[in-house]
Amino acid sequence: MPLEIRRPGLMTTVQDAGRSGGYHLGMPPSGAMDLFSYEVANLLVGNTDGQAALECTYLGPEIEFTEPVRIAVTGADLPARVNGTEIESWTAHDVAAGDVLSFDFLRSGARAYLGISGGIDVPSVFGSRSTYTLVGAGGFEGRALRAGDELKVGVTGPDRRAAARSVPAALRTTHPAQVELRVVVGLASYRVVPASLAAFFSTDWRVTSDANRVGYRYRGGGIDFVARTPPAGAGSDPANVVDIGYPVGSIQVPGGSEPIALLRDAVTGGGYATIATIISADIARAGQSRSNDVTRFVEVSLDEALTARREAADRLNRVRSALGFD
Amino acid sequence: MTEHIVHAPFPGTFYRRPDPDSDVFVTESQHVEAGTVIGLIEVMKMFQEITAEQPGTLVQFLVENDAPVDAGQPIARLT
Repeated sequence: MPLEIRRPGLMTTVQDAGRSGGYHLGMPPSGAMDLFSYEVANLLVGNTDGQAALECTYLGPEIEFTEPVRIAVTGADLPARVNGTEIESWTAHDVAAGDVLSFDFLRSGARAYLGISGGIDVPSVFGSRSTYTLVGAGGFEGRALRAGDELKVGVTGPDRRAAARSVPAALRTTHPAQVELRVVVGLASYRVVPASLAAFFSTDWRVTSDANRVGYRYRGGGIDFVARTPPAGAGSDPANVVDIGYPVGSIQVPGGSEPIALLRDAVTGGGYATIATIISADIARAGQSRSNDVTRFVEVSLDEALTARREAADRLNRVRSALGFD
Repeated sequence: MTEHIVHAPFPGTFYRRPDPDSDVFVTESQHVEAGTVIGLIEVMKMFQEITAEQPGTLVQFLVENDAPVDAGQPIARLT
């Protein structure tokens, strides 16, 4: 098989752009936490049909190739080596049968994306090859890779190779240890004491150890909810509501401590008030922050969030142009 | 004597004991083998064993129990 996993890394999963249309059934999008880096990894290796890549979290895998393929590493600064020699990230490289890809310790960011020409060939589940880690669906047998796994790749169209092999430095993502995540306040922010909501935005929140694809938990203070008699159907926790849909990026605060931001493997609904939602353009930035990093939340309007979304799409288009795609 | 540093392979919380009620995995100045578990790192709701990586004497822990660690951070010194 083209990819032989010698060491699996900490949490390496097959991901693509995710699955849509199932949120009302409890099926979150999954897919790459950093969609921009995933898309660029694919472009570099000539994949233009939403092929699947590998998302490598915190500690990279060691992979032996048994066929020539084109690879590219994007996302976090997880330095890659082929046969022990460091290779540049955000750049396409051709590897031969017998070549071994390995990674040094993570320097910044959290998740690196390994694009492979042809994409990772696993069955499509509910329209996507992404791994939904919480229930073990999709991807490679619904789980993170293990030593000894063998992965197939698809076929690359011969005329889809990127004309340029490397992304210009200005378009690559950098990963500061302290991040700002833009949020739109709501849906149930009226349940929060106003002074407490203001304090939420001036607190340095630290990402806890258990942050993962389902959600990131933050430590650094509490949230005070407006006291009221719970309506029938709501629990007795002041943060409870009867029922509410949880947008991807929404922030809830069970018990008033340790806010949780739901991410790509989000639980899609439940009984906690959501106080603000990370904008779609900053989900990647959340997914590139790490346990123990400091995060600040910044309030933006819906219009600003939509502008940010357009800017993110624009940035990907500039990468497309720079690599010779139209 | 050559020194070997064990580094945290990924970020998380480092523990010297398997659970709060147990003894530490190893004490300073204890002899260890390559596969000896010297601690755990908790991350993404998983507990990962950290081993000595080579035989020797565990001279010093560079991180305390229940302390945050970053990827690549030195955890212990062996000779």
